[in-house]
Amino acid sequence: MKDFQYAAPTTIQDATSLLTEHGSGARILAGGTDIIVQLREGLREADIVVDIKKIPELSDCQYSDVSGLYLGAAVACCDIYENADLAGRYGALADSTHIIGGWQIQSRASVGGNLCNASPAADTIPALIALNAEAQVTGPAGQRTIAVAAFCKGPGKNALVDGEFVVAIKIPPQSANMGSAYQRFIPRNEMDIAVVGVGSWIELDTVGNIANARLSLGAVAATPLFAEEASQFLVGKEPNDDNFALAAELAKQIVTPITDMRGTAQYRTHLVGVLVKRTLTTALARAQA
Amino acid sequence: MTTATKKIHVTTTVNGESVEFLCEPRNSLLEVLRDTLGLTGCKEGCNNGNCGACTVIINKRPVNSCLVLGVEAEGAEIETVEGIADARGLHPIQDCFLEGAALQCGICTPGFLVSAKALLEKKPGASEETIRFDLSGNLCRCTGYDKIVRAIQEADKQLSASTDDSKTND
Ligand SMILES: Cc1cc2nc3c(=O)[nH]c(=O)nc-3n(C[C@H](O)[C@H](O)[C@H](O)COP(=O)(O)OP(=O)(O)OC[C@H]3O[C@@H](n4cnc5c(N)ncnc54)[C@H](O)[C@@H]3O)c2cc1C
Ligand code: FES
Ligand code: FES
Repeated sequence: MKDFQYAAPTTIQDATSLLTEHGSGARILAGGTDIIVQLREGLREADIVVDIKKIPELSDCQYSDVSGLYLGAAVACCDIYENADLAGRYGALADSTHIIGGWQIQSRASVGGNLCNASPAADTIPALIALNAEAQVTGPAGQRTIAVAAFCKGPGKNALVDGEFVVAIKIPPQSANMGSAYQRFIPRNEMDIAVVGVGSWIELDTVGNIANARLSLGAVAATPLFAEEASQFLVGKEPNDDNFALAAELAKQIVTPITDMRGTAQYRTHLVGVLVKRTLTTALARAQA
Repeated sequence: MTTATKKIHVTTTVNGESVEFLCEPRNSLLEVLRDTLGLTGCKEGCNNGNCGACTVIINKRPVNSCLVLGVEAEGAEIETVEGIADARGLHPIQDCFLEGAALQCGICTPGFLVSAKALLEKKPGASEETIRFDLSGNLCRCTGYDKIVRAIQEADKQLSASTDDSKTND
């Protein structure tokens, strides 16, 4: 591995100065489960690695019924799915963090890192899009907010400019009539990259019809997708298998998958339909529970 | 870069003892443990997070030491396979691996022991499915896993029997 310097700032300000000073020569280190491999294999280079785990705002995790979830960007996956309160509210997020790598990876891997690494097959991103999450970003020009649905710009590319980093992920508050789920298809039982991943979120109205829905798809395009038309279709509908199947057909229309060793484009498209139906069914059960 | 990066001084705790070392920022904790501290129990299998042979516990959590920088160990509490046995002898998990022939070449064994100990401490009475899911970050090319899972189940029984005994003795 090429030599680099290491810094572990304890404030957002210090981190911003370091990142601004070193520009593209700086790499952020959260859980390291992507970046250490990439540096070792020469896929990325760094003059300085900036460890953000000592900044309190990045490890904070708080929920309120008014502002929703504040999830520090460096919080590890296991802190999410092991938190029963959080996992109950944000089913899709718990589902996705529980299947990233194995236990050792989940002890370190963060949702912020999963998002910023911007893999088309990243597991938390469709979950975050379905949950209508935003990234709270800070940089030399101040703070800004980017919807997760608009955060990825291509495989390994995100919307951040030099000097910027994600401080937290914010997700709207959840009430008892809402439910969400994430599922992926992999040929093994665990420890593999999604062939397709789907996140679903629904809100039920007082008579039990769908008041709102958000569907999102992973590993079927250069970036994770928000399936807007399929989501809109469900609004006002009865939550039944027929409507879920129609939404699944609409979702299949927006995908542009590749064919690779994990599956053909045709197979991936088929899987989108299957997983949209399954995740909607789970999300519904959670909203009704 | 032309100038050599300075080595960084790190103070940490390994198996209950305070330890200091110097390392370059790019050195992994696995390299530090094996090459600087002589704790060669943790193994390098893949060096990219997939095999779990390098598993150690940091602050009560199992991690792949090949994906941790040595400098990140500052102030941490690390447990390695060397810390599992105590003065009285092998830990029940180690005994059960031996008795149950849960190893062949043995390269994966330290990682499995560390993960299994963490698992049984956190989830005593874990089902076979939980054991298999939670240990999916540990790969074994030799045994086919069944003997490993059975050894862990047997150790779990012995550990819960010994806590029951200590309760009745009170
Ligand atoms: C064995 C193994 C299995 C894996 N399995 C899966 C899987 O099943 N599903 C999956 O989705 N991924 C998987 N991954 C990939 C990886 O674990 C995840 O993407 C993880 O969430 C990355 O988080 P991290 O905290 O480790 O990120 P890091 O490696 O620390 O960082 C990732 C990238 O994001 C940047 N970054 C990190 N935090 C920030 C921030 N706050 N602001 C700006 N930039 C930032 C870093 O500079 C780097 O480029 C696996 C990796 C391994 C090694
Ligand atoms: S050597 Fe670390 S996981 Fe394989
Ligand atoms: S005993 Fe050889 S790899 Fe497990």
